[in-house]
Amino acid sequence: MKSPHIKIPGTTIFDGSEARRGYALNKMCYSFNEKANRDEFLKDEDAYCAKYGLNPQQRAAIAAKNVLQLLAAGGNAYYLAKFGGIFGLDMQDIGAQQTGVSKDEFKAKLVAAGK
Amino acid sequence: MAKIVGAVTTSHVPAIGGAIHKGIQHEPYWKPFFDGFPPIREWLAKVKPDVAIVVNNDHGLNFFLDKMPTFAIGAAPEYHNADEGWGIPVLPSFKGDEDLSWHLAESLIGEEFDMVTCQEMVVDHAFTLPLALLYPDMKWPVRVVPININTVLFPTPSAKRCYKLGQAIGRAVEAFDQDVKVLVIGTGGLSHQLEGERAGFINKEFDVKFMDSLTSDPQWATQYTDRELVAHTGTQGIELLNWLTARATMSGTVTKLHSNFHIPISNTAAATMLLGHNV
Repeated sequence: MKSPHIKIPGTTIFDGSEARRGYALNKMCYSFNEKANRDEFLKDEDAYCAKYGLNPQQRAAIAAKNVLQLLAAGGNAYYLAKFGGIFGLDMQDIGAQQTGVSKDEFKAKLVAAGK
Repeated sequence: MAKIVGAVTTSHVPAIGGAIHKGIQHEPYWKPFFDGFPPIREWLAKVKPDVAIVVNNDHGLNFFLDKMPTFAIGAAPEYHNADEGWGIPVLPSFKGDEDLSWHLAESLIGEEFDMVTCQEMVVDHAFTLPLALLYPDMKWPVRVVPININTVLFPTPSAKRCYKLGQAIGRAVEAFDQDVKVLVIGTGGLSHQLEGERAGFINKEFDVKFMDSLTSDPQWATQYTDRELVAHTGTQGIELLNWLTARATMSGTVTKLHSNFHIPISNTAAATMLLGHNV
């Protein structure tokens, strides 16, 4: 089905179609609200991903800790943030990774937006 | 009878919680943001609201995609926060106002706003941080009623619908038969985008226009669809729906008593406003 909505560059709108594709991945990331689950994931990543039924694309994106790949696999930013939290990544780390610049460059860009 | 004394709107970036926890509010990075609050605290000390209606958006703590309400209202005797995935500190719990919650639910559903009622609800940074900014000793002097607006899954409710919801909340409060002073808090925003190649997007010009519109032309933002708001303010900038809803609760004369705007805090154009309401 063709979307009647506007296209926004560099942006995926998390709608029903994304939610359908990403459900298993997002459900796993939602579970990371609880420390026991984060610990279980760190102990055996493969087993934890299998428990949530991640598809190969989602599994690979988790292994790569690559945010753009995780988004492409149907991940939602709010749940992915909990995955990032496991590795102590803050929003500037994640922003820098997605935009292909260093963290300092990313932060400078944010400062520039205020000028 | 109950009355709305005013509204406070503020960004709710999780890193603010980190700064409070570490006690670094006076460091140069944080000071321009935290400096926005003393005038609001002085006003609160003078006006002394009894209840706060907190219009906010859950970030995947209380709600998951298995059940995603467009609009929800807390109707719990007590609310507490919880680990959101990065081991944040547990704050003192918040006392709910069940009388007002159920009155709002009756009134709103009666006006065809089909709220999901929640007798249990955990609250995340979108709820806790604004209250911690207003009441830094965290001895909450207000009872609370959370109102949740879905900003996770598109379509979100439209800006127009949120505005109407705010108006209906305002009417419900005015018809509430307890003699209480109600503060409305709208949290989140302003422009920011966390994900995608456009991560780091900020739109100062739009934010300034939006803030101005809350007193000069409050329905200005209702011209935009949810996707258009994302285009203008970023995927998370759409949290301005909480601000708009909070603003719309006030049908009398609304005066800007204070505002603060600083770019950036974390990835966000951080903004705070205090709007006074005279019926």
